[in-house]
Parts: sequence; C-alpha cells; structure tokens
Amino acid sequence: MIEEIITSGRMNPEIDPILHVWGWEIPFYLFLGGISAGILIFSAYFTLRGRQDELPVAVKWMPLAVPFLIGIGLIALLMDLSHVLYFWQLFTNIRWESPMSWGAWTLGIIMPLSIAWIATWIEDIFPKWEWKFDEIKTVIDWLKNYRRYMAQILILLSVILGMYTGILLSAFNARPFWNTSILGPLFLTSGLSASAALVSFFSKSEVEKRLFTRIDIILIGIELFMIVHLFMGHLAGTQVHIQAAQMFLGGAFTVPFWVFVVGLGLLLPVVLEILELKHKFIPAIVPVVLIVAGNLMLRFIVVNAGQASRWLY
Amino acid sequence: MRYAMAVDTLRCVGCSDCVVACQTENDVPIGHCRDWIVEKTTGTYPELQLEIRSERCNHCANAPCVRTCPTEASHYAEGGIVLVEESECIGCKACITSCPYDARFIHPEGYVDKCTFCIHRVEKGQNPACVSVCPTHAMIFGDLDDPNSDISRAMATRKWKSLIPEAGTDPKVFYLI
Repeated sequence: MIEEIITSGRMNPEIDPILHVWGWEIPFYLFLGGISAGILIFSAYFTLRGRQDELPVAVKWMPLAVPFLIGIGLIALLMDLSHVLYFWQLFTNIRWESPMSWGAWTLGIIMPLSIAWIATWIEDIFPKWEWKFDEIKTVIDWLKNYRRYMAQILILLSVILGMYTGILLSAFNARPFWNTSILGPLFLTSGLSASAALVSFFSKSEVEKRLFTRIDIILIGIELFMIVHLFMGHLAGTQVHIQAAQMFLGGAFTVPFWVFVVGLGLLLPVVLEILELKHKFIPAIVPVVLIVAGNLMLRFIVVNAGQASRWLY
Repeated sequence: MRYAMAVDTLRCVGCSDCVVACQTENDVPIGHCRDWIVEKTTGTYPELQLEIRSERCNHCANAPCVRTCPTEASHYAEGGIVLVEESECIGCKACITSCPYDARFIHPEGYVDKCTFCIHRVEKGQNPACVSVCPTHAMIFGDLDDPNSDISRAMATRKWKSLIPEAGTDPKVFYLI
C-alpha cells in the first residue's frame, strides 16, 4: 500500500481544513425556494385544468404564502452575501453560464408575478375585499382575463426555480458530491412533495385532502428512486465521486441522512399517508411536519456534504 | 499572450519566501494567503518520496470561477490572468465553491480575493513577487505563446504536470517534475 501525507501551509478561514463558506442561509433559502415553486406549480396547474373551485386551498390559498416565503428566502440570501452592499450587481448583469445569475433573475420575475397571481384570486378568498383605488381594481380585473397565460408562465418559471435550487449546487464540479445533474429534479420533486403535504394538511375538503395525499405518495416514491440513482451515479463515477458517496455509506453523513431524511422524512410519512388513505386515523400534523422537516434537512445535509467533498491532488 | 507559471518541484525547498513576498507585495490580510506551500510525502518509511510545491490560483483557461460568477466580477484579464473586480463582487461565494484548488478566500472587507499573478508588476515587465524572491530560482513566469520565453523552453525540455487537469479547468500553473 502506498501512503500519502499531504501537508499544506494554507489556513484560510472558512476554506481550510474543510470548506465551509455556506452556513444555514443557503440551505434555508433553497428550502423556501423549493416549497414556493411547488405551491405555484400546483396552483397554476389546477387553474389550467379548471379545478379552482374544487381545490381552493391548492389554487387560491397556498399562493398567499409565496411572497412571504420568497421574501424570507431573499433575506437569508442577502445575509449570506459577504459584500452585500453590492448585491444590486446581480441585476445589472445577465450571465447565462452562472446558475446564481439566472436564479436571481427568476426570483426577480416570480416575486411580482406571484403577487399579481394572488391579487387575481383575492376577491375569491376574501369576499368582502375591496381595493382602495379603482385603478388597481381595473388592472386586476383586466389581469383576470389573462389568468391562463399567467399560469403557463408561472409553471415554466416555477419549474426553473425548483430545478435551480439543485442546479445551483450541481454546477460546481469542484465539489464531487454536488456534481450530479439529478440534484435539480430531486430538489424540484422534494419541493413539490412538501407543498403537496402542506395543501393536504390545510385543506378542509375531503376531495382535495385525498388528491394531494395521493400526489404526495407518488412524489415521495419518485424522490426515493432519485436518491438511489444519486448514489448509483456516484458509485459508478470517478474516485472522488466514490469517496463523496462513501460519506453517506458509512461516513459522517450516514446516520443524519438515512435515519432523518430517508427514514423519518420520506419512508415514515409515506406509510402514514397510505394508512390515511385507508381511513386509518393518523393525526394530520404528523406526516406534514415530518415531510417539511425532512425537506429542510435534505438541503442542509446536501449543502454541507458538498462542501466536505473535494478533489484530491 | 498566455501568461503561465512553472514551479520546479526539484528545486523548491519549501522555504515559504514566496508566501511572505506575496503577503508583503499585495498587502494580504493577516491570517490569509494567496499562495502557499504543499508538501506531499508518498510511500512507507524508509522508502519515501517528497514533493514540495508552491501553489496558488491556477489562472485556468476554462475557469469555473469565471463561469459561475453571477456579476462578471471574476473575469479574464490580459494574457488569461483571472482577476476579481472587487466593486462588482457581491460575496456570494459561488466562485469559492466552484474552485477545485480552493485558491480563493473572503477578504475581511467582504469581497473575494486571490492571486493576481501580480498583474501590476507584470504590466511593468517585472516578474510576480513570489517568482522574483525565490532563493532557489524554482519558479518561472512568462508567455506560453512566445516559444523563446523561459517558461516555453522549460516546458519543452522538462517533464511537467498540472494539478487535477481532469477537473477540466485547463490550469496555467505547471509543476516541473
């Protein structure tokens, strides 16, 4: 056996010995972005299918949370910037090769669009709602005629937003654990799953509850399938990818990932949801809390594990 | 013009003069470094091999930091030197995570900092500070497009390697072995 000892004189803060430039802000922001994307996709999709009156929570109520979720996410993102007074530079440049750039632009467009989307539903939600200025009412009434187009654009942008939360990480080939294109679809699916769980929790209609529980079960199935593929891809990759996967197969991230994300965040809630569909009594709060917590944990673990994985030379 | 650097691992003794010269020349904040020494020992005692390298930003021709920067703060300057424009840097740290060499760090003032190949000296026809102080003349800096430059000749006559070229970065710091 050949032994190698590498001694480096470099000790830059947050870089050595293990990279840790991204703390809680980035995974928290990715989590909120994922859920927002999920909520908007369901709302826009079921509007296009003409089921807004049958599924009021998914179509009309849940989007109310989106500007707040994205707002909190943006605050977290700004807190992460170390040269924050220059953040406006994000919006004086368009860099197609940089996921960070098109993510910022997508958020910049989705934020006002989601507010306009809510505005078109607000009179349905609060029947006593009155716009203070007639001009606003005229604009909103005019917008209502274009709901279909708004929904189509929202779906497109939300899919980009949901995917981007993963692609942001997979674009970094310097961190082998992140360097897999499945992170985009995985984070999109997980964001959709959390928002489906939230819809079925908040909904009072049996039809809506059951539909979204069923959707969530399918999404969790897809997520589990993608997690298996994530590791298959890494294990069939180069030495650095194999080592990155090993952090989860015996290494430091094994217990947090398999017990908390996969066990408590995916497998247990999916079993509870199946029992719920079979009319067993399950307190509704349990699966949704497990799923949302698992969602958050997944992003924290992926962000940390990526920073811990590296090339060897 | 394609600037590059070659570090002769057979001459380098790991004295860290290059590190100190860089810190002085570029006013690098205390506790940080733009270049550093790596000692790699291979084998089992008593059969050992030692390689000493003076490392820094590789000024990659296909630089992931330039690609992932959302604001064009990280950019290519003349001769392929990779620089950070501090007034455009928002401190998002995408470039830091995208660098397989971990050559970048956050300056205490918030922007991202790294080796500049001492572009302010190179523009005057001088060598980078690390190269000019090296007591064993282990470092060569020059233009790869000029076949008569010292670096082109060293690369043509010596065996060399670059660090993790498989990361697809096309690095421009070479190690003579």
